[in-house]
Amino acid sequence: MRYPMEMIVSDLACARGGVPVLEGVSFTLAAGQALLLRGPNGIGKTTLLRTLAGLQPALAGQVSVPPETMAYAAHADGLKATLTVTENLQFWARIFGQRGIDRALEDFNLTDLAGRAAQNLSAGQKRRLGLARLLVTGRPIWVLDEPTVSLDVASVALFGAAVRRHLDGGGAALIATHIDLGFPAGQLDVTPFRAQPRGLDHFDEAFA
Amino acid sequence: MIALLLRDLNLAVRAGGGFGLGLAFFLIVTVLVPFGVGPEGAILSTIAPGILWVGALLACLLSLDRIFALDFEDGSLDLLATAPIPLEGVVAMKAAAHWFTTGLPLTLAAPVLGLLLNLDGAGYGWLVASLALGTPALSMIGTFGAALTVGLKRGGLLLSLLVLPLYVPTLIFGAETVKRGADGMATGTALMMLGAITLAASALLPFAAAAAIRINLR
Repeated sequence: MRYPMEMIVSDLACARGGVPVLEGVSFTLAAGQALLLRGPNGIGKTTLLRTLAGLQPALAGQVSVPPETMAYAAHADGLKATLTVTENLQFWARIFGQRGIDRALEDFNLTDLAGRAAQNLSAGQKRRLGLARLLVTGRPIWVLDEPTVSLDVASVALFGAAVRRHLDGGGAALIATHIDLGFPAGQLDVTPFRAQPRGLDHFDEAFA
Repeated sequence: MIALLLRDLNLAVRAGGGFGLGLAFFLIVTVLVPFGVGPEGAILSTIAPGILWVGALLACLLSLDRIFALDFEDGSLDLLATAPIPLEGVVAMKAAAHWFTTGLPLTLAAPVLGLLLNLDGAGYGWLVASLALGTPALSMIGTFGAALTVGLKRGGLLLSLLVLPLYVPTLIFGAETVKRGADGMATGTALMMLGAITLAASALLPFAAAAAIRINLR
């Protein structure tokens, strides 16, 4: 990797819609490591990932990470229906200043679909294209929100292999998921970090 | 950033991209007005500058809500916000793409449609000049409005209400330029005001729009 990188999260609190959902989240993610975020629906995994990706401000705490090292992938794949698989990938590669999308196409078994418009892909194929986007960002820290949704067993294995290669290359991955991805990874259950419900003395804050 | 501009232009001309939307609307307005007003050439040529500018402005308005809404819905906007290009650059490119697909075709089509409204011969050059100078401001202001309303479902109404008052100065000076040009009077002041609005909008609004998007993405 270009430089040693590490994501250090300390005492992070984040909110969704003005309501605190998680607080006191702390972990360290070093190069070559993967960390799986666990927790029931609605606990705040997506909110945590969005906060880490810089899409929303943290209520408290710090996220220490080298600039321009995170690649974020959300529930939505950010695909344009009328563009082909190649055009979609090429666009993101150019936005991230990278060249060459062939490896990404191969790794996610999309080579045969390269000329097809994204609107004609199945849900699983779209997801694979969304994940292939990670490979063309050239960024070392992957922040993924339920990446295996709508993937079949074979595609989950493809994804697992891609993550393993990424880790072997000195990358890191933070993945919110409910399933076993088939590679060694640390686990972080965010349930204990659930924010305490606020008392009535904070009632007025909702109107502030 | 050029990649983003090219992608948006590419998307606009593909099926369902809405490239012809503004142009078709402009055509409809200018074709229908003579039917409504009547065939007297004198009346038509009096109202032509105003009608042409109002038509162009409304045609611009029509496609504004697509600027960010589509990217917001399919998740591209989140990904662009985490990409290495600054959000201000994204906004500027979006406004440029809107101008290329709306303002520029309107400017080029306006002289032909001016014929339908019996615009005075001296006015054609000023019509093209004022639209070329004024429509970038419409795109930029509209992009700012689209950024303000990006998270809202069906935010088109609010967007129109927000943007219309901001469009008024451009409309006044644009129509004034054409009117004065057609009457053979000096157009310098109105044209310069139009240019000033465009320059100020392109200098300031990308920052305001980017700030609005950051808040709306939370």
